Amino acid sequence: MAACTALEPMTKATADQLAEQDFESVVATHRAQIFRFLLASTRDVDLAETLTQDCFLKAHRNWSGFRGESSAMTWLMRIAINLQKDNWRNRRLQFWRQTRANAVDVDEASDWLPSGERSAEQQMLAREQVANVWRSVDKLSGRQRTVFLLRFVEELELKEIADATGLSEGTVKAHLSRALSRVRTDLGEK
Amino acid sequence: MERNDEMLVRGSQVPEPDELDLKTREAIGNFKASVHAWSDAMVSRPRKEPQQAARKTWRLTPGWVLGCFVFVGAVGGGLYQNHHQQELARIAAVREAEQQRQIAAERARQEEDLLAKVDSDISREVPSAMEPLAALMTDEESK
Repeated sequence: MAACTALEPMTKATADQLAEQDFESVVATHRAQIFRFLLASTRDVDLAETLTQDCFLKAHRNWSGFRGESSAMTWLMRIAINLQKDNWRNRRLQFWRQTRANAVDVDEASDWLPSGERSAEQQMLAREQVANVWRSVDKLSGRQRTVFLLRFVEELELKEIADATGLSEGTVKAHLSRALSRVRTDLGEK
Repeated sequence: MERNDEMLVRGSQVPEPDELDLKTREAIGNFKASVHAWSDAMVSRPRKEPQQAARKTWRLTPGWVLGCFVFVGAVGGGLYQNHHQQELARIAAVREAEQQRQIAAERARQEEDLLAKVDSDISREVPSAMEPLAALMTDEESK
């Protein structure tokens, strides 16, 4: 019994150390993806960085409670989605502030294109397409936008999106279908 | 809510990204590539923001300090002025009351003197009321 008591602190310390290492590897693996999703959702670099920090801070605090029922990425994405929702709600309450004060506009966001071997004309066309999708995404409801971004930017499976958003798979499908239909219509009109 | 969800689900078909029509697929593909490029650029950029923010804070600090001084000065000056005026008014009231009291005391003293003078002027020596009777009694007793 005495041996157990003597060993216990060391075991706990080792477990903590292992958990810390695990968490560090989780941060290294998923940070960029979480940031990207938040950036696409908010179009605000500073806000996306802050929310990413908050997301990992929250995840670190609750890391011991993470039982691996879903993947770490889905779990982190769920935290990020909730933080983004909270932030949006808080900003809407602070009605005297401009809600998208630091968000870049659609044209500025469309300037970012991978440096590939494209002609100037192709680059311009691609930029135009990206701007149109941004405009279309802007018109989507919060849920539709989240589901659309998770599916077509993060390339998550429907099951993963359902886990991350807390919606049923059927509801995810429905939101996705509507979002896609909207984007298609908007692209077709151009 | 459940009913809405059911209504939403009914008839919704979601094509895989590869199954989209060419135009949509191309647009969404470019959109995805653009978001990735933007995000990658932002992740790998040198982080100057905290320094800039700190510098901005330092730039703002003297303004705030000066503003606070001016505000405190204005409010403090106003309060001091108000207090000073109240104090002056109080002193003036005390002086006024003291003056009134002195005047009243002087008047009372003068009236008293006057009454005393009148008393002394008009008062005469009168015989004692019992003196004649006393004289009579003495005569009868001698008889």
